[in-house]
Amino acid sequence: MDTYYHPKDLERFQEIGKDAPELARKFFAYYGEVFAEGALSEREKALIGLAVAHTVQCPYCIDAYTTACLEKGSNLEEMTEALHVVTAIRGGASLVHGMQMRRQVEKLSL
Amino acid sequence: MKTDVFPAETEFNATLDRHGLTLARSATRTLQVNVGYRCDLACRHCHLAAGPTRGEMMTRATMQAVIAYARRGRFLMADVTGGAPELVPDLDYLLTGLAREVPQVMLRTNLTALDDVRRTQLIDLCRTLRVILVASFPAVTASQFEAQRGIGVWCRSVDRLRQLNEVGYGMPGSDLELHLAANPAGAFLPQGQAAAERQFKRVLAQRLGLSFNHLFIFANMPLGRFKSWLEQSGNEQDYMGKLTAAFNPQAVDGLMCRSLVSVAWDGVLYDCDFNQAAGLPLGGRRRHIDEMDGPPEAGSPIATGRHCFACTAGAGFTCGGEIAA
Repeated sequence: MDTYYHPKDLERFQEIGKDAPELARKFFAYYGEVFAEGALSEREKALIGLAVAHTVQCPYCIDAYTTACLEKGSNLEEMTEALHVVTAIRGGASLVHGMQMRRQVEKLSL
Repeated sequence: MKTDVFPAETEFNATLDRHGLTLARSATRTLQVNVGYRCDLACRHCHLAAGPTRGEMMTRATMQAVIAYARRGRFLMADVTGGAPELVPDLDYLLTGLAREVPQVMLRTNLTALDDVRRTQLIDLCRTLRVILVASFPAVTASQFEAQRGIGVWCRSVDRLRQLNEVGYGMPGSDLELHLAANPAGAFLPQGQAAAERQFKRVLAQRLGLSFNHLFIFANMPLGRFKSWLEQSGNEQDYMGKLTAAFNPQAVDGLMCRSLVSVAWDGVLYDCDFNQAAGLPLGGRRRHIDEMDGPPEAGSPIATGRHCFACTAGAGFTCGGEIAA
């Protein structure tokens, strides 16, 4: 093994069920249901998936949901905007913790 | 010594065998006429590698033979395609002749091929003959559109679409039908046709004030210029794997090659336009329309190749877009 991530592992994902088949069956059934057309369209769900993939920084998910977004009719402008939503929330999440910092500073300071 | 057999033992036929299926003709209702490979564009997905340097164009003599064949064949539809049919000098003659013999005539247009004077004349003729127009329109964003069709083509295509709307094509309540045809801008499968049509209608209406009847979605064919790009970009293996994995046995019954016969610019017959690009003639041997008494017989076998997986992927695709499998 020369790298931790192998692109072909994504195609073999189903093998994860070999030693826990019932759990895998339930997971993949649930997964399929989640991404089916519902109150949100498949296209919208793929864009959310792409954004979350970048948040969890999973290379398999980034490849898979980039393709899914294209196949569901999204374009690079929409996909890039989805990434900025992630970036804004991740950045904002850091920044809003600054309030904790400020409270602590206020408590300790004269 | 190896002998040629027909139908050939292709990977596609082996897949059909595994599913207990055979691919044979049903009643042939559509005559597709490819009038040549000359085009003003050189789209990167084109299965025929059509473009400005291609010289193959249908002559008036072949058009006469096509019109005579349309009469003998009693087809329900004639589907005129290219290249850019607009660039063929005697297109008016062909459309007029076909409209006499066939209840419905469809013309595929790339929207950009004509100068203003010639375009106005052709649109007037199409309106008079009630020709159905199918315009290539792969995306609702300029970047994806032009990635496939070339720089500057988006604005010209939008202008032409607006011109067609202005004369009644694709407008609500009008009997002048205008459909759009879209292929993905790369090595991935297209979105579902119904969802895509909703998206195209919403975006084109809201942003550009444009209207059309239906959207036809197609997968890109691993032939011609698109095949070359797949090879050069290192996408061929993955794309073919994707098409093969997405084989849908339910799509086979609705494939266009079962009910369509395709005649090339030189009068040679094929099971479909893609087999024309692949050089696989009807019934495994080159036949001219003059040799045909009528449509190919129901039950006769269909030539196949690896590209056929593009028509059976997912919901499946035919000349009218996605198959409702």
